[in-house]
Amino acid sequence: MSHATLTDKRPGSLRGATLPKWFPWAVAAGSIALGIGISAAAGLRSSIQWGLIAAVLFVLGTYGIAGRVEGRRQAKDRVVTSLVWVAFLLAVIPLASLVYETVKRGVKVLDGYFLTHSMGVVADKDPGGGIYHAILGTLQQVGIATVIAVPIGVLTAIYLVEYGRGKLAKAVTFFVDVMTGIPSIVAGLFVLSTWILILGMGASGFAGALALTILMLPVVVRSTEEMLKLVPNELREASLALGVPKWRTILKVVVPTSIGGITTGVMLAIARITGETAPLLMLVWVTDFINANPFSDAQGSLPVYIYLQYSAGGEAAYDRAWAAALTLIAFIMILNLAARGIARWKAPKTGR
Amino acid sequence: MAKRIDVSGLNAYYGSFLAIEDISMSIEPRTVTAFIGPSGCGKSTFLRTLNRMHEVTPGGRVEGKVMLGDENLYGAGIDPVSVRREVGMVFQRPNPFPTMSVYDNVAAGLKLNGNFKKSELDDIVERSLKGANLWNEVKDRLNKPGSGLSGGQQQRLCIARAIAVEPNVLLMDEPCSALDPISTLAIEDLIGELKERFTIVIVTHNMQQAARVSDRTAFFNLAAVGQPGKLIEMDETERIFSNPSVQATEDYISGRFG
Repeated sequence: MSHATLTDKRPGSLRGATLPKWFPWAVAAGSIALGIGISAAAGLRSSIQWGLIAAVLFVLGTYGIAGRVEGRRQAKDRVVTSLVWVAFLLAVIPLASLVYETVKRGVKVLDGYFLTHSMGVVADKDPGGGIYHAILGTLQQVGIATVIAVPIGVLTAIYLVEYGRGKLAKAVTFFVDVMTGIPSIVAGLFVLSTWILILGMGASGFAGALALTILMLPVVVRSTEEMLKLVPNELREASLALGVPKWRTILKVVVPTSIGGITTGVMLAIARITGETAPLLMLVWVTDFINANPFSDAQGSLPVYIYLQYSAGGEAAYDRAWAAALTLIAFIMILNLAARGIARWKAPKTGR
Repeated sequence: MAKRIDVSGLNAYYGSFLAIEDISMSIEPRTVTAFIGPSGCGKSTFLRTLNRMHEVTPGGRVEGKVMLGDENLYGAGIDPVSVRREVGMVFQRPNPFPTMSVYDNVAAGLKLNGNFKKSELDDIVERSLKGANLWNEVKDRLNKPGSGLSGGQQQRLCIARAIAVEPNVLLMDEPCSALDPISTLAIEDLIGELKERFTIVIVTHNMQQAARVSDRTAFFNLAAVGQPGKLIEMDETERIFSNPSVQATEDYISGRFG
């Protein structure tokens, strides 16, 4: 008998038993139904609970059924596939619900008036007002930080990849790594102690931009470094062998080849600092009025605005906070899309 | 344009590792010289010492003299960048610049150095592409990316790029090893034409190729792995392949190596 089952499992042909294409979907539907059923029976209310039960059932059910029908190797394959899907859904659910929630609550007061007026004469409890002063402040602060951090960061990365040998390069790499881990509040405190307390400058958008620069710099260096390392050495040698000096080779061959990736890295770094709140609260302070001069006096900014409106409380303030959050997300999303566009446009062309 | 190369007592190192030891040879102008020998014997390293590309490798350094005409390439005050304008190079794998069009690839050497007149550029590109036997294939797609060409075309594009700057010497490091026989034939024919104008040095693993294209052949060998490579003998190609004076050469050529 055992001999017979063995031969059953190893037929003469290469074709084994396969489950139909809809099998994973059927298991998913079944485990969700079962998960809801179990939760209802046990009196569990939370949707997270039945979701987790369904996920576990999905993985176990896939393994059980596939193992029975297709054999162990295929069953393992299917289990790993289903684990990947479950992990993907777990990662996407918070993101999707965040975007959904922000859009749902944010569109209420988001309109042209909101984007073009400040909070200058509006009390926190009253409806009306807008975020123009905050948008202006964020654009200026992030803009200044980018203008300072990108050249320094890109040049540092070029030094590390193209010239850096020995102790200095190792030290620079080490400090860039350390900088990556600096909490934003510490960067803020550093600028506070040097720029404002020691040098005696007042709070301003520029002081905030300095703190943002510190946060942005390591991200730019790291991403640029990785992109430059991807440029094949053959291209450098080809250029050098034509009698092109090293600096021109870097400028005209290495950087253009990797410009798409560098741009993406810079955009991601901008996205990272746009949401910083703590250093701005400390260095730029807060104002409800429009201040177009980043070099003196307090300025608004979107993250701080959200924080202030939230702490003010009341229906109107909450609505404004959500609308400002939506604006912030939209701004970062536009930046990311722009980065992708530039990366695609500048990528080495392969067409015939 | 072509100049004579005289090498004497040349050692090349990677860090503290001596890769090639005490090489002396003369390379005549307007000839094709082939370097043959087993992998790791230092042919490519030696080739790269001839236009100071060896020192681009981290830790690479050179002792000895390489005379190009009457100037020592390793003499005091010699600018490696100017050396490389005199001694061009074609690499094993075709490496056109991916961000540039066919036209810009050929013009790269001039454009990147900034010393060109726009009116002359078209002529130079056409002349170089014709010189590399590529003009007819690409004349309608000069503005398309160079990386869109086939492997053989890309290699000829790289040759066109190298000859566009009018060097005295053209070094080729296994230029056909990544190509099919038809492209290889195209490049071998091209080498025959180019030697009218340039001094050509070619490294090859293909003995038939060395026999077909070269006037003189140098055989390199190394005693054992970890030992430096040495020049065993150098002679007229015909003589190397019919009646070499060293037993090791004959063993290598006839496949009785090792």
